[in-house]
Amino acid sequence: MNIVVLVKQVPDTWAERKLDATDKTLDRASVDVVMNEIDEYAVEEALRIQADQGGEVTIVSMAPDRGVETIRKALSMGADKAVHLSDPALHGSDAVQTSYALAKVLGTLEYDLVIAGSEATDSRMAIMTPLLAERLGQPQLSGARKVTVDGGTVRIERQTDNGYDVVEASTPAIVSVVEKINEPRYPSFKGIMAAKKKPLTTLTLADAGIEADRVGLASAPSQVVEFSNKPPRQAGQIVKDEGDGGVKVAEYLASQKLV
Amino acid sequence: MPAVLRSLPTPEAADLLELTRDLVDRELAPRVAAFEAAGEFPREVFRTLGKAGLLGLAYPEEQGGGGQPYEVYLQVLEELARGWSAVAVGVSVHTLSCFPVAQFGTPQQQERWLPDMLGGELLGAYCLSESHSGSDAAALSTRAVRDGDAYLVNGTKAWVTHGGHADFYNLMVRTGQAGPKGISCLLAAADTPGLQPLPPEKKMGMRSSPTASVLLEDARVPADRLLAAEGEGFTIAMSALDGGRLGIAACAVGVAQAALDVAVDYARERRQFGQVIADFQGLSFLLADMATQVEAARALYLSAARRRDAGQPYGPQASMAKLFCTDTAMRVTTDAVQVLGGYGYVEDFPAERFLREAKIMQIFEGTNQVQRLVIGRSLTRP
Repeated sequence: MNIVVLVKQVPDTWAERKLDATDKTLDRASVDVVMNEIDEYAVEEALRIQADQGGEVTIVSMAPDRGVETIRKALSMGADKAVHLSDPALHGSDAVQTSYALAKVLGTLEYDLVIAGSEATDSRMAIMTPLLAERLGQPQLSGARKVTVDGGTVRIERQTDNGYDVVEASTPAIVSVVEKINEPRYPSFKGIMAAKKKPLTTLTLADAGIEADRVGLASAPSQVVEFSNKPPRQAGQIVKDEGDGGVKVAEYLASQKLV
Repeated sequence: MPAVLRSLPTPEAADLLELTRDLVDRELAPRVAAFEAAGEFPREVFRTLGKAGLLGLAYPEEQGGGGQPYEVYLQVLEELARGWSAVAVGVSVHTLSCFPVAQFGTPQQQERWLPDMLGGELLGAYCLSESHSGSDAAALSTRAVRDGDAYLVNGTKAWVTHGGHADFYNLMVRTGQAGPKGISCLLAAADTPGLQPLPPEKKMGMRSSPTASVLLEDARVPADRLLAAEGEGFTIAMSALDGGRLGIAACAVGVAQAALDVAVDYARERRQFGQVIADFQGLSFLLADMATQVEAARALYLSAARRRDAGQPYGPQASMAKLFCTDTAMRVTTDAVQVLGGYGYVEDFPAERFLREAKIMQIFEGTNQVQRLVIGRSLTRP
């Protein structure tokens, strides 16, 4: 069972995230970057399936050069090797273009499963696995809180508001996972040391057969036209309790449609 | 909290410190207040640290350790203590507990026990003190008598960190004459018949680190659990303590750093007379003195650690580091309470807890009076 895990490097979830003023793309330079949190669950799930079924776990990430840090973290958790798609021409690619580029990279690999986090904390679109499934012509099983693999069949429990659906497909298939699925391990000190020696292939656009005019900000189907900062917090409204404080609070909550 | 600027000897040490900070942020910091309030031992946290490779850092890779110099291991301890000092002290005690078998055990003994000890599967305890022999450790009276293929042990060891939770106990016992030359070291398993930990002490601080007396009533310890020869126990105990003292020095700097962090944060937010209190010179000078002492303490324990790593004698330097770092922690945590004013004295803020935690550090692993004794002797009886 060979598994590819897609990981994304994102700005630290707890930091103040900004757009670059000049080209309105994500400002990656001025913040700490981390592995997208749900992707750690994806890596963990791949490692658990591998422990049960054998095979190799390959990390795939499209990121600027600095993305190596995030890839190394996934390797230090225990993945076997990694492919890093890194090319300045990718800057500003939107989700549709990114899915084209990642599909090209996946086309160079042999796998039974692709596992990804259900969404990234920076863009919050939750669209990458369906886009990839469409491009690759492979089944998509999304929002998995449990994954079981049996021969050429993969079955998931898809988290829903009221419970879960059981969804099944033949491999190769693309699976996205939610945080309920497992508890990701920490890299160990030995794992960190070992990760430095694991194979890491860096691909440019040409290496992956990606056409340059189909990626990047200039040709992006969706672009940020304008943005403004969140307005500063307004001063609160003070209600003085003159025996009717409770009523006033309730009225306020009702006026805000909170009760 | 901002990262402490450190000079580390290797890129792998930098990665290790980053892993440690990650573990502190995500596993230690969210739990410390509740576990301290409840006086509950976080056994699972030690398993997590063990899996991450943090419980055997200072031992060679061939033995299953992390192969790190003390200079690096101690800075990991400091970061752990900055998040949860009872856990850091536990890691230091565990590391100390592995020392007798790692340094003095036979290859067979090492092969049998060390992998699980250094891997964190087995948690260690170190039993030297007794109710009537603390600083005068060589006066201990717990007796071990050879009986066939085992030792029969009788007595009570006191102040045992992890007592009741440890998987193995280093027992310093008397097998021969009075004084230091009659002492031996036994590595007893927790399930040894006749080895019974008593209820934990009710302590002023570090309540999530269990401390208990261990009662030994005809405890039958197999003779193949004797480390080194009979009569060498006191030598083992003292050489283990030199490293242990550096561990406590690093823990003390971690607590002092944590107190400084809290004091600085508070002083930058708290407003009086129309300005943040950090802008009052009287207060900023207090913070400046605290920061200077923390930095000096860190430099002192690192200096002693580098002597140890270079194979130079470092006993007096370890005592100096233990003395200075723990006295510093006491002063800095006391000042942090002062910076927070009334808020420093209530349990809603961690400053008062830091102060309670610092106090024990002046006492255990050799009181600071004993440290002065060691330092004084090194000067006058070289």
